[in-house]
Amino acid sequence: MTAKQGRNIAFSALVLIAAAIWIFPLYWALTTSLRSENRIVSDAGVWIDELNFSAYIEVLSTSKLPIWYLNSVGTSLIITVIVLITGMMCAYALSQLRFPGRRLLYLVVVASFMVPVPALYVAQFVLMSDLGLVNSWWGIILPQLIVPVVVIVYKQFFDAIPKEMREAVLLDGGGEFTLLFKLYLPLNWGITAALAIITFISAWNNFFWPFLVVTSESMMTIPVGITQVNDSFGVFYARMMALALLAAAPVIIGYLIFQKRVTEAVMISAGVKG
Amino acid sequence: MSIATRRRREVRDAILLVAPFLIIFGVFFLYPTYKVIALSFTDAPLIGEGNWIGLDNYIKLFSDRLFYTSVWNNFYFVLLTVIPTTIIALLIALAVGKLKGRMQALVLTLFFLPYVLPVSVVTMIWAWMLDFQFGILQPLIEAVTGKPVPVFKNPYWVMPMIAVVTIWWTNGFNVLLFIAGLRNIPDDLYEAAALDGATAWQRFWRVTWPLLWPITALVLTLQLILQLKLFDQVYLLSNGGPFNSSYVVLMQMYREAFQLNNGGYASAIAMVLFGIIVIVSVLQFQLLRIGGRRK
Repeated sequence: MTAKQGRNIAFSALVLIAAAIWIFPLYWALTTSLRSENRIVSDAGVWIDELNFSAYIEVLSTSKLPIWYLNSVGTSLIITVIVLITGMMCAYALSQLRFPGRRLLYLVVVASFMVPVPALYVAQFVLMSDLGLVNSWWGIILPQLIVPVVVIVYKQFFDAIPKEMREAVLLDGGGEFTLLFKLYLPLNWGITAALAIITFISAWNNFFWPFLVVTSESMMTIPVGITQVNDSFGVFYARMMALALLAAAPVIIGYLIFQKRVTEAVMISAGVKG
Repeated sequence: MSIATRRRREVRDAILLVAPFLIIFGVFFLYPTYKVIALSFTDAPLIGEGNWIGLDNYIKLFSDRLFYTSVWNNFYFVLLTVIPTTIIALLIALAVGKLKGRMQALVLTLFFLPYVLPVSVVTMIWAWMLDFQFGILQPLIEAVTGKPVPVFKNPYWVMPMIAVVTIWWTNGFNVLLFIAGLRNIPDDLYEAAALDGATAWQRFWRVTWPLLWPITALVLTLQLILQLKLFDQVYLLSNGGPFNSSYVVLMQMYREAFQLNNGGYASAIAMVLFGIIVIVSVLQFQLLRIGGRRK
């Protein structure tokens, strides 16, 4: 028994070392960001041996990072709210009501998974330009509102709710909207939270579309904005890493807090695509 | 309430519920889909009207040497990422599955964390790791090649290195899928196999691998589609270079549309990418089904 225990501990240690190597780039970014610029190029120990926050202060005071935070938070929040509400309503109708075109709508939503979204960017850009929305929050937001996975996931969860509960509310004189917001939604807070987090993270992380639709520096989101600073900083490594970590901080913290929900959402939405 | 009134009300409510989604979907998805098809048959600039030129864009595209380079690079990148990431993710998932409690949660977090990072953060960190002068990985490269290599400026190193960065970034997603798949395999199957005297190796190939196949197929398919859409990492790390050695299809679409102002031609490129993705995923789906049946 002790031999087996010993082997287990050795195995755990081995996996832990592998995981530590995997996360090393992030750790190395942190180490670099906490050093003074001239030490980085002279000697570079692997351990964090200096707590120099000047790179962070420099980045926060000279770049437009605070404005990019605001743009990212604002657009990602609006995207999340609209995607969830419209997706939930549509899924409810698909799941619970009979209406002409229901099957067709469902098929179109499922088929839309096949379309690679970046292939539409040229046409979407032309549309945004026609609407005068280039370099605006709505220009960033509108094309990102297409998240068909949300509809399918909600539909599956709504399908699983027993019909008897629904009849009871209808007998009490409640309508479809009462049903959705007083019964179906409260029963699905868990999946709503999971979908919200994953929609938020993917909106926050989207690079390609905001990069196309925004050219003015004060409208940029975090992932696009930091690439601009990159060019102007040149070889200031501590500042670059401070910038990268400040840009990543919200998603890292968000993930660590809502870990369970994130993993749940990833698994469910991948299952739907399969 | 008569049945007819009730039915009418149901349809009315359904329309009200579906409308917001349908309007957004129609205007910002279906219409652009139609538009990109229509544009691909015109000589339109990015902004403004063009003339119908039939299949000219497609004819031009299929005699464009840069386009073949792009397609080739896309498939080279698929080769470098899809199967390696699937194997790495499976190994990690098997290892994580053997751990217990907090240890398991900690290790899983560490492996998954890169997946939530914005792409430009990932590329900034790796550009620093692989920096020609001060990159901490250069001694490692020097040990292999005898001299430091500016990896993103070297035509042989650029694609494999972008593949490494991409695998590091997206692998956590595949690990999660495999872990979910492994949890669905009932324990008594392993117990029965152990009673029959099966070795760990046999247990893997006779129990785990066949039962996990649907997940493996899912991971392969999702990765294939994802990696064909490569743009961000290439744009940020090498900008398609050097000598077009990391030029990919979406890079060409971007250049044609947004730098050379050829909206029509860029749309034709987008359509071909769409076609490639549909064909490849149908082919892969068929292959994976056959692979699944044989087990």
